[in-house]
Amino acid sequence: MAEYQVLEHDVLVIGAGGAGLRAAIEASANGVKVGLVTKSLLGKAHTVMAEGGVAAAMANVDDRDNWRVHFADTMRGGQYLNHPRMAELHAKEAPERVRELEAWGALFDRTKDGRILQRNFGGHRYARLAHVGDRTGLEMIRTLQDHGIHLGIDVHMEHTVVDLLKDGDRIAGAFAYDRERGRFKVFHAKAVVLATGGIGRAFQITSNSWEYTGDGHSLAYHAGASLKDMEFVQFHPTGMVWPPSVRGLLVTEGVRGEGGVLRNKEGRRFMFDDIPDNYKLQTADNEEEAWRYTIGDKNARRPPELLTRDHVARCIAREVREGRGSPHGGVFLDIAWIKEKLPNAAEHIKRKLPSMYHQFKQLADLDITQEPMEIGPTTHYMMGGVNVHPDSQMSDVPGLFAAGECAAGLHGANRLGGNSLSDLIVFGKRAGEFAAKFAKEHSTPALPKDRVDAVARIALEPFERQGTESAYDIQHELQERMQALVGIVRRQEEMEEAVAMIRRLESRAAKAVVHGNREYNPGWHTALDLRHLLTVSEAITIAGLDRKESRGAHFRDDFPNKDPEASKFNIVIVKGPDGAMQLKRVPVVPLTEEHKKIIEENQA
Amino acid sequence: MSGHGSGGTNTGGSAVFRIWRGERGKGDFADYKTEFSGGMVVLDVIHKIQASQAGDLAVRWNCKAGKCGSCSAEINGMPKLMCMTRMNQIDVTKPVTVEPMQAFPHVRDLVTDVSWNYEVKKRIKKYKPEKPGADGQWRMQQDDVDRVQEFRKCIECYLCQDVCHVLRDHHHHDKFIGPRFLVYSAALEMHPLDTADRVPDLHAEQGVGFCNITKCCTKVCPESITITDNAIIPLKERVVDRYYDPVRKLFRVFTGG
Repeated sequence: MAEYQVLEHDVLVIGAGGAGLRAAIEASANGVKVGLVTKSLLGKAHTVMAEGGVAAAMANVDDRDNWRVHFADTMRGGQYLNHPRMAELHAKEAPERVRELEAWGALFDRTKDGRILQRNFGGHRYARLAHVGDRTGLEMIRTLQDHGIHLGIDVHMEHTVVDLLKDGDRIAGAFAYDRERGRFKVFHAKAVVLATGGIGRAFQITSNSWEYTGDGHSLAYHAGASLKDMEFVQFHPTGMVWPPSVRGLLVTEGVRGEGGVLRNKEGRRFMFDDIPDNYKLQTADNEEEAWRYTIGDKNARRPPELLTRDHVARCIAREVREGRGSPHGGVFLDIAWIKEKLPNAAEHIKRKLPSMYHQFKQLADLDITQEPMEIGPTTHYMMGGVNVHPDSQMSDVPGLFAAGECAAGLHGANRLGGNSLSDLIVFGKRAGEFAAKFAKEHSTPALPKDRVDAVARIALEPFERQGTESAYDIQHELQERMQALVGIVRRQEEMEEAVAMIRRLESRAAKAVVHGNREYNPGWHTALDLRHLLTVSEAITIAGLDRKESRGAHFRDDFPNKDPEASKFNIVIVKGPDGAMQLKRVPVVPLTEEHKKIIEENQA
Repeated sequence: MSGHGSGGTNTGGSAVFRIWRGERGKGDFADYKTEFSGGMVVLDVIHKIQASQAGDLAVRWNCKAGKCGSCSAEINGMPKLMCMTRMNQIDVTKPVTVEPMQAFPHVRDLVTDVSWNYEVKKRIKKYKPEKPGADGQWRMQQDDVDRVQEFRKCIECYLCQDVCHVLRDHHHHDKFIGPRFLVYSAALEMHPLDTADRVPDLHAEQGVGFCNITKCCTKVCPESITITDNAIIPLKERVVDRYYDPVRKLFRVFTGG
């Protein structure tokens, strides 16, 4: 019998980034007892790294903007595999959620007439991203954190959830341990909201923090929920490539929004060379028009650097592959050039992009107001996730909800920049609201005591094993192989090799040995994370194998074009009765007549 | 077109890391000899040691990009973020010491218990905005939000709390909230729309008077917030104006305020 403490809540929220905090605030405002579990300290979640802004059609800068245009942009970016109802709710509710942040103390940059300033971003037709310089995520998380601490939410910092618990079909809580002492905690709850973020740590080059080990995806899958769109992993075009220790670290799209241009080693702005047909009408075809757009000329079309992330990332990969890259295997991103256009360019850059200035100055000895940066693609965002109901965010498991990056649907085959922060607050709020409602309408589930004992036993196994297998080695090998075999350009044989690799690493993970004791032991934490990393890696790979076309973020060398037939389905993964992953193709959610009309009127 | 700088003079080699190992304040330094390459930061070296020599070496970190403020420690005695301290800024001819922050209770190895900070924040009066305009929106000019935005750059690494002698040496955690929360209070007090009054709390239980302007906090701030000059001194002035202004003092005698 394992020793553990039982904690009682109506709603348990797992994850304290933007989505988790917003869910906890909403559930609490709905009058239920809320627990919030976070792997790190409060206010440190990956949301702090979001830079560019939060997309919301407030029309403060361009009065032509409205939710219909935002909806159409989101659907086009997602290649119409998005759940249209989610895209609709998101576009409609984002402005109100942003204004709410202001009511709670957020201080966005201002327009001349004193309203929230909005900036241009890739794939968004009008200036739409509310922002605070290039630290919008920090502003958002701090605002939610500082608002939330006065609401009576029980915050459990530095706790990791090992498994979800069920009573029959419905959710009953979660089994966790506190990282500081290694003590087991059973969170008994009527409803659980997963808000655990993404999976970037399954890859070697990533902009994601250590927490992004796919916990929510994996916990939901093992609890019987289905996962959707797992083949769609976004590789952000601009990560740092030098020095090696910061390879992958994000360089905000805001650099391009403020006039930054991409050049190869020959000095050519190669993005003009390959503008996809469906974006031709709204993309500038010369440098002069592109600059006019940057400085706010509403009649000018967007620079090609602001095309969707998947396209820009592949163009960069092509330049590098064909020998036109920069010295350290990237291409050049140049914002310093705007000094030809603006009298006080250096001050302007420091003011609009302070974190980027700081990041390059400190980590790469480079002054971005004077010299071009070297950048290359980095694993950035997971479009796929827990398959949820568009309005309530509930998964297939009654009482289990998911919001933010660990949920699927809003972004389809690819996400637009700025649509992540808005996703967090729109659907975080909805998940919190509906989880509270579920908790109020249902009795307390029974705790599965046998299961609790079994999970505790499994969690402690790494301490009892003999041998030399290291969890760190397994993790590093997985990351390196996933990058090489299931990365930005994919092909059949390599993904098959990846499946075999995952099988091998699974059996090695079952032998991983941990030294020391349970108190703040990173070796143990790494060993327990492996299950999640391996689960999401397998899901990404088998979904990638099944989608025999290139669409959005999923690019296959052996099927380089879109297949109209493949536009008709999403790939859904569930755990089969035998414990193996089962994959099925389900028809995409059809557009309503109204949706079709909106998309039609925004074609041009 | 030029590429990146080479990363300074120290392009790699070997170093001895002298890391504090132990639990709840008890322990000792342990030496780890390790190789490092150009461009590495201290946190990279710590991770390397963790993966190869000391699997259970406890270290708190998160974003590794200077944005979350988790990996605070004392490197060669200086409070710093491990993820933003490059190896080429460090003299590797001598052992490099890495210790946990001293102003908070020790947990294990490089990890300290910073929960006190979270408790302090809860005691500060929350943001209370004035009513928005008729259209439901607030209007603020960029010039008026600039100084508050400086304070809101804070990543809560607590290095300023660590270096502050009122906390570090005198342990006045019960009567002084420390530079971080003076910055936090200043951000609220100077918010163009805020209507709450925090001056009485700052004067009494939050102890703004304990700060004697040595500016150590400003020096260690990784976000380069001018903590003392822009946040603390204006708060001290507000307290002085309210409680030590002779005219107001007289007024209070008569009103009993």
